[in-house]
Amino acid sequence: MTARHFGTLCLLPLLIFSLAFLALPLVRLVLSSAAGEAGWGIYLQMLQKPRYLSALAQTLAVSAAVTVVALAVSTTAGLYLARNRFRGRAILLSILTLPLAFPGVVVGFMIILLGGRQGLVNQITPGHLVFAYSTFGLFLGYLYFSIPRVLLTVMAAAEKIDPALEEAARSLGAPPSRVLWDVLLPALRPAMVAAGAIAFATAMGAFGTAFTLATDIDVLPMVIYTEFTLSANFAMASALSIALGLVTWSVLLIARSLSGGAVASGG
Amino acid sequence: MTLTLTCVAKTYGSGPRALHPTDLRIETGEILSLLGPSGCGKTTLLRLIAGLEEADPGAEIRFGDEDVTHLPVERRHIGMVFQSYALFPNMSVRDNIGYGLRMQRLPRAEIRSRVEEVIALCRLEPYADRAITALSGGQRQRVALARAFAPRPRIMLLDEPLSALDAALRLALRDELAALLRSFGTTVIFVTHDQDEALAISDRVAVMEAGQIRQIGTPEELYRAPRSPFVAEFVGHAMPLAGARRVGGLHLAGGILPLPAEAGPGPVYVRAEDLRLDPHGPLRACVDSVTFLGTHYRLGLSALTDQRLYALHHGQSAPRVGEAVTLSIAPEALICLPL
Repeated sequence: MTARHFGTLCLLPLLIFSLAFLALPLVRLVLSSAAGEAGWGIYLQMLQKPRYLSALAQTLAVSAAVTVVALAVSTTAGLYLARNRFRGRAILLSILTLPLAFPGVVVGFMIILLGGRQGLVNQITPGHLVFAYSTFGLFLGYLYFSIPRVLLTVMAAAEKIDPALEEAARSLGAPPSRVLWDVLLPALRPAMVAAGAIAFATAMGAFGTAFTLATDIDVLPMVIYTEFTLSANFAMASALSIALGLVTWSVLLIARSLSGGAVASGG
Repeated sequence: MTLTLTCVAKTYGSGPRALHPTDLRIETGEILSLLGPSGCGKTTLLRLIAGLEEADPGAEIRFGDEDVTHLPVERRHIGMVFQSYALFPNMSVRDNIGYGLRMQRLPRAEIRSRVEEVIALCRLEPYADRAITALSGGQRQRVALARAFAPRPRIMLLDEPLSALDAALRLALRDELAALLRSFGTTVIFVTHDQDEALAISDRVAVMEAGQIRQIGTPEELYRAPRSPFVAEFVGHAMPLAGARRVGGLHLAGGILPLPAEAGPGPVYVRAEDLRLDPHGPLRACVDSVTFLGTHYRLGLSALTDQRLYALHHGQSAPRVGEAVTLSIAPEALICLPL
């Protein structure tokens, strides 16, 4: 057996897995979306219903906000943590990455403990602030969920930056803000796009947190769930699923092409 | 611009001193190299001058009349070439070279003309619009040099600028680098662990060991009149002639070597090129190894002293391994160190 054949053989398990668990259900999903009374017209119906469109818009907005804020928070923290050694750094790191251990349901539960009707913020503020059951609560939950993922990727990239690059910029008279803008951010860009893509895709599809927080938040995964279980509208649920997948996929594709070719490996 | 260091020392954390208190004066336009093995403190000294490290209290660093001891690197107005070159991969060659000028907020037209001038000086015209990743090692080195020089720094600092290149290229670029540095006309400090580089490029060489400058002088002075065993061995690989000083000269295991009258009581060294095969020589040795190196043979000699010595032999044929040979050393070739 030649090395070439062996290489092909190594791909076989993945191929079988992809066919069985990805391609077949996908084909089935596409077919079942057209299996209802409306046939392929279901997609037209979907676009005509304001509820679906606003859910899609809201999902996109929350996901984009989560991505931007998670990147901002994690990049600053990641740069600092990658360059500085201090007492308690390892402990701080493990606390920061703790959310990785929790499923979305637990994250949702924590948001309720913080901003729910019996929550901490509601008890100590005079105005009785409740935000857990709103889009803002959802945003917080996803953010909490996304920060460790982005942080770890950015830190790994920040540790690989040649310290001489920063010193070179400084020796040429660059103030810290220019060093960040001209040297550090360009060096981190591939990692930021990759991490941002993961954060965005996760937020687009996150269900557990939304489900825990409330039923009156109309994000797309929730709508799909209600169509599927409560209304038993399989065709619409399938069509919405396909729409969700396509929109997420194309946003990632646009982000990658805008940020240059270096990102093919990311996300 | 003259550079004056007074009592400059550096200690990292609670560790040992990386650099012992050092005084140094470098004249305008001078090219000085800091030569020494790794860990001798030469890079620390360079980074202290650059402002990338802060010296221990009590130090004073002056650029001309200005005290820069507490200025950070971005305000010292120096040009630095890093070992890895540290070119900005997200910018073209031209943008790299213009970076320092942009940081000075010069008018656009002036930046452009200055960049073109430096590109021409460093003969980078064919590569000016290329990406950094599309350059060879030698081209990158020239871009790094051009980038450091473009803002007209008061002083140029080079950290092992040739060590990232492969051996053949290094030799070719060494002379080119020396010529380019001379054409700049600025004060240059150059760190290297390679004595050939230091001797070929600099006006003066400071030999460093264990955080101290052991000797400083012109390349000829260091080569011909080293003042310590370390400098003698590090610059030009001099070999110690260990023997007893008695009547008639130096009594070695392989014979008596007459010493010049002015020789002091200190250790005596000799270089391989000065140890000559001579049928009438006063020294006897046994040939241990013969290595043909093109222009000459390198002979390993035992039984002359306790230690194995080497002799360079120019000739069409060489003695065979195991053969006994007689040798002589011209009295003026002996290096007599102070005690």
